[in-house]
Amino acid sequence: MSRLLPLALLTSLVALPLALGSNPYLLNALITTGILTIAAMSLNLLLGFTGQLSLGHIAFFGIGAYVSALTSLGFDVEIGFGTRIVHEPWPAAVGFLLAILAAGACGYLIGRLSFRVRGAYFVIVTVSFAEVVRLVALNWVELTQGPLALTNIPVIALGAPGLGSWTLKTKLQNYYLVLAVGTLCYVIIARLVGSRFGRAMRGLKENESLALSVGINAARTLTVATVISAAMAGAAGSLYAHYLRIIDPDVFQFATTVTIVIMVVAGGKGTLMGPVVGGLIFGLLPVVLRPVMAPEAQWMIYGIVLIAILFVMPKGIVPGIAGLFARLRAARAVPVLEASPAVPR
Amino acid sequence: MSAILSVEQVGVRFGGLVAIADLHFDVREGEIVSLIGPNGAGKTTAFNVMTGFLKPSQGEVRFRGTGLTDLQPHEITRLGLARTFQRTSVFPDDTVFDNVMIGLHRQGAQSRRAPLLDALIGRAGASERRLRARAEALLDWVGLSERAGEKAGALAYGEQRLVGVALALATEPAMLLLDEPVSGMNASETQVFVSLIRQIRERGITVLLVEHDMPMVMEVSDRILVLNYGRLIAEGPPDRIRSDPAVIEAYLGQGKAARQAAAEVQEPAHA
Ligand SMILES: Nc1ncnc2c1ncn2[C@@H]1O[C@H](COP(=O)(O)OP(=O)(O)O)[C@@H](O)[C@H]1O
Ligand SMILES: [Mg+2]
Repeated sequence: MSRLLPLALLTSLVALPLALGSNPYLLNALITTGILTIAAMSLNLLLGFTGQLSLGHIAFFGIGAYVSALTSLGFDVEIGFGTRIVHEPWPAAVGFLLAILAAGACGYLIGRLSFRVRGAYFVIVTVSFAEVVRLVALNWVELTQGPLALTNIPVIALGAPGLGSWTLKTKLQNYYLVLAVGTLCYVIIARLVGSRFGRAMRGLKENESLALSVGINAARTLTVATVISAAMAGAAGSLYAHYLRIIDPDVFQFATTVTIVIMVVAGGKGTLMGPVVGGLIFGLLPVVLRPVMAPEAQWMIYGIVLIAILFVMPKGIVPGIAGLFARLRAARAVPVLEASPAVPR
Repeated sequence: MSAILSVEQVGVRFGGLVAIADLHFDVREGEIVSLIGPNGAGKTTAFNVMTGFLKPSQGEVRFRGTGLTDLQPHEITRLGLARTFQRTSVFPDDTVFDNVMIGLHRQGAQSRRAPLLDALIGRAGASERRLRARAEALLDWVGLSERAGEKAGALAYGEQRLVGVALALATEPAMLLLDEPVSGMNASETQVFVSLIRQIRERGITVLLVEHDMPMVMEVSDRILVLNYGRLIAEGPPDRIRSDPAVIEAYLGQGKAARQAAAEVQEPAHA
């Protein structure tokens, strides 16, 4: 089950556009949902597997978006002492890679800074970081256009020298790009979690003194986890920028962080599938709700759905359902044919 | 033989409380040494200093010649000094087997230069198989093979202590510090544990033991150190400690349980 379920979901997601036809509204919702789900998966790496809550996770996402947009748009800014930095536009795909690097580098700083300050302090450090970055984006008008937004961001083109290139113009193409990046992130996280590194993260989360006493380096482990998590959030931000083709400092809004935290917690933190399930539910909920109610009311429904889920399944949907299957199986009390346990990976 | 661990004039203060004062002793390679003393004497504090969980207010601990003062717990473990904890200490949400796999963290590191990358590209298979075989062997050694698939947090206390010992052994230490390992074990489990300690020594691992079970301490130790109010008050082989007036006094000064312990000190070790 642990391998089958993700594969079945992937297959359905690959086939989904064939079933939907090219309904642009639905495709758009799926693309933004997919991007937020990648952000949720990246947050889960920290929140679910190391136990650290990054409430400023959107900073990495926004940094990815801005770095990618500026790389592909080019800029010309004065940085004081009469020095100007002029950057000619580079391909958007390079922007995507730089977004990952830049967000990962910021993750390194935050990780180094805050592995000593756990729990509530980590939350405060990440929230402050996000706010600082938002203020920079808002006020460094020469670079970011401030509230006027960066517009006409080029779309991503894939290709290799000599082989020509393939520009991702349509929604359908973007859908598959997001799906591919999401799948890659899922596989990376799955491999990490199942590895020696994943065991180190689990050890630190479950019993830190004991983990230290068997030689696990807390600072290094938490920093590496933060870097990978931030880099993935940056990748999601880059996809966002090149898909929407316009970004403003609102990408840093706190509500987005809340949304991805909800996705992780409702789906089941510390499970691989949790953020995917939570992401799909809470990403697509607006699609269902929008025709029938105002945005403000949608937020209330969001809250009600979250509370309802956590009331029935306190650990989230994926652990809840897995537990249900385990109980059903135990109740049948007959030899079970499947070899694999029902615990979610 | 040479000293593997030297505690040199170590003092620890918590605010106004002197938990350890001027503690000074050596442990030689291959010895089984016990550190005993009434509750609150400073035994666990001494372990915490030796393993980097506490910085001493004065003095220094040297392990195989290396000063430990500036080292963090995980670095000290890597030098070959491992410990267990007085309170039962396991990774409660993981299976016993996975507990040991987490404990084998350092062994994983030595096999390859870039383990993280190997994991990502799926090349870690061989070293993972090696680790799993190691974990099985360790569980077999401490007698927990039957419990391998159970959640560590759900085990009886005595078994959780064995998990703790397996985790410490997984780091392949040259010296092992055991903090009250048989509390929560019954008499027959304790006897099994005594033979485990002897096997550990036979594999070349030096043992420093903190324990309240006096018959067990008398039976297993080459040498005993007695701590009272943070000070070393006696040191010597079991028969000398048994009849040492300062030791008897230290235990008699305490409550009923301690007096009982003092009575046990004087009794000959059970077979
Ligand atoms: N972290 C701490 N902060 C303050 N006092 C402590 C701390 N740890 C231990 N103590 C005190 O130090 C003394 C020695 O404690 P401990 O080393 O645990 O004794 P033992 O292990 O011999 O029973 C006790 O009085 C205890 O209350
Ligand atoms: Mg103690």
